[in-house]
Amino acid sequence: MTVFAQLLHAEWTKFRTVRGWVVGALVAFLATVLVGLLGTGGTKLPHGSAEPLPVGPGGEAVSDTFFFVHRTLTGDGSLTVRLASLTGADGAGLTPWAKGGILVKAGTRPGSSYAAVLLTGAHGTRMQHDFTHDRAGRPGAGSRWLRLVRTGSVVTGSESADGVHWTTIGTARVRSGAVGAGMFATSPASFHTSGRSVTENPAVATAVFDHVSVRGGFGGAWRGEQIGGAPYGPEMRPGFRTAGGTFALTGAGDIAPLVGGPALGNAFPVEAFLVGAFAGLIALAVLGATAMTAEYRRGMIRTTLAATPHPGRVLAAKAVVLGAVAFTVGTAAALVAVRIGENRVRADGYAIFTVPALTELRAVAGTGLLLAAAAILALGAGTMLRRGAVAVTGLVVLIVIPYILAMSAVLPAGAANWVLRVSPAAGFAIQQTLPRYGHVWSEYTPATGYYPLAPWAGFAVLCGWAAVAFGSAVVLLRRRDA
Amino acid sequence: MRRAVHAEWTKLRTGGGILLAPLVLAVAIVGLGAVAAGTAKAGADPGRAALAGLDLGPAIVALLVALPVGAEYATGMIRTTLAATPRRSAVLAAKAVVLGGPVALAGAVAAAGALLAGRWLGLDLGPSGAVLRAAFGSTLFLVLVALLALGIAVAVRDAAAASGVVLGLFYLSPVLVPLVRDPAWRRHLEQITPMNAGLAVRSLHVDGLPIGPWKGLAVLAAWAAAALALGAFALLRRDA
Repeated sequence: MTVFAQLLHAEWTKFRTVRGWVVGALVAFLATVLVGLLGTGGTKLPHGSAEPLPVGPGGEAVSDTFFFVHRTLTGDGSLTVRLASLTGADGAGLTPWAKGGILVKAGTRPGSSYAAVLLTGAHGTRMQHDFTHDRAGRPGAGSRWLRLVRTGSVVTGSESADGVHWTTIGTARVRSGAVGAGMFATSPASFHTSGRSVTENPAVATAVFDHVSVRGGFGGAWRGEQIGGAPYGPEMRPGFRTAGGTFALTGAGDIAPLVGGPALGNAFPVEAFLVGAFAGLIALAVLGATAMTAEYRRGMIRTTLAATPHPGRVLAAKAVVLGAVAFTVGTAAALVAVRIGENRVRADGYAIFTVPALTELRAVAGTGLLLAAAAILALGAGTMLRRGAVAVTGLVVLIVIPYILAMSAVLPAGAANWVLRVSPAAGFAIQQTLPRYGHVWSEYTPATGYYPLAPWAGFAVLCGWAAVAFGSAVVLLRRRDA
Repeated sequence: MRRAVHAEWTKLRTGGGILLAPLVLAVAIVGLGAVAAGTAKAGADPGRAALAGLDLGPAIVALLVALPVGAEYATGMIRTTLAATPRRSAVLAAKAVVLGGPVALAGAVAAAGALLAGRWLGLDLGPSGAVLRAAFGSTLFLVLVALLALGIAVAVRDAAAASGVVLGLFYLSPVLVPLVRDPAWRRHLEQITPMNAGLAVRSLHVDGLPIGPWKGLAVLAAWAAAALALGAFALLRRDA
């Protein structure tokens, strides 16, 4: 091991004393930061439009806009209603994830914890809580009975077709103490995409409730309230009417985690500041591809191999030094780019797509890992081909061309996903912070920022390429004469 | 000048394997074009589909130029070259002729082949002014890429670094520009980046494009001129 440590020290000395390599690392850093800021340029939005997005209990950006008719529940209690109907506005249909039902919520601040049983436009009854949790109940449409029971901090949701025979859908934890409990209605907009233009069609949902009965610690009178600001103009008229124990609520918006795609609007996800990794990758590919070829050119390789007669170990030491440099450069550049980028878009009136801190950390450190793996892939390819320029070109073509093909909507979606699964471009998945949820509609395609593989799976594909290139290079080095 | 060109040609010819590159260029452009033409969506621009292989053009042309120039610096041959032809501007011009010529030839063959293949595969590519423009313009695109790469290669004096710079110039913009949110800013970038501007010429229907075909090539020509000026400045001012 001490031998390998000496090797590492030797490689590190070579790296830091060759001006071209230090310059290359600096170029990679600057390119990652500066190119990453390119996407943030452009027009400013009117002052004051950058309201931060509400954040859910898990730290994720959420949409929390609905009409709520509620009373205060202190201690244990239950709320039972019959949802007589859930309909859209006149003429316009109901969107598939329009929601009407009952919920208990720890306060009226958007993003606060909640648990709900609800009927959707096309996905049947659901029990949902704290935005990201969703459990399906009975499918289909039509009227049904809904019930929430709170015991301590546990809320149980159940449904029934007749008000007599009940089925439990699920349970959730909502803080004990006083909460708002009542009925709600909301509906996300529908989107029509053609090419680059996206048309938003506003939608509302009207939910009619009767047979409303409460038990336990309910206080105050029924009170209607718009949560999270009215999403459209006054013409949509969120509100409620009540007559003879029947409540009719009209609402628009959504109670759901935010996702990418057409509904993203004026929010920037973290990865938007990290696109400079493409530029940094090219610079580090040049470093990696020439790290071994430079030794051959100057005859340094004979000295190196005289000092350590194991070409495989030499290559491993180079890979460690190169990988460490690339990781440091990539992570540092990503940190700076995210910091500057967030400040810039906030100043221009845009919102930041908030994600949990660990997710952001994964995207930032993942940029470093991505560059490290790509640099080692370039090292292996450069050693195999013995011509740095060919290795650089091959690597860029292998990474960038699949990415362009997949993103430019030239390929059909199936082929685009396939390309991003097997090519080294799969590694960029590690930068994706936009979440994907089964219970939120969006266009989850590469063009909207969704990679077909999970972050670490995509990175593993890139690592596989790097491992194959490195292994082949070691085998070839052993066979070849210096 | 004729002797300088002859000397450059001899170096290139005997350099080993480098004459393969124009062949690779032509095969790649025709091959990728045929694949794209076969799978093109209905309503896609036929010229754009048949000449989709041009996407690979800058990568191959960059290698074709950067390898011999880089090798000349790596082996020290450049000192012999400059001793034989002390007028350094003549050396650069001779390199431009010798490297640009094969690219022009291969490019013309490739563009014609790709368009014919596209027509054979059922794209609407009958003889017309627009098709001729696409064929001629595609050839010119590749030649301008070669000149740009020559300027960069002479300036940075290393094959890998030169390919890195050229690849960055051409392949970062198609990745990054679509991510720009603001339409006006995006359109502006599409007008000034060498890849987007230079490739406008391969489309037959140019009305909706951010930049016209000849204007786009003029933008690329400006990039190439700037790179050549940088290369000339470095070559004239620096010690070899």
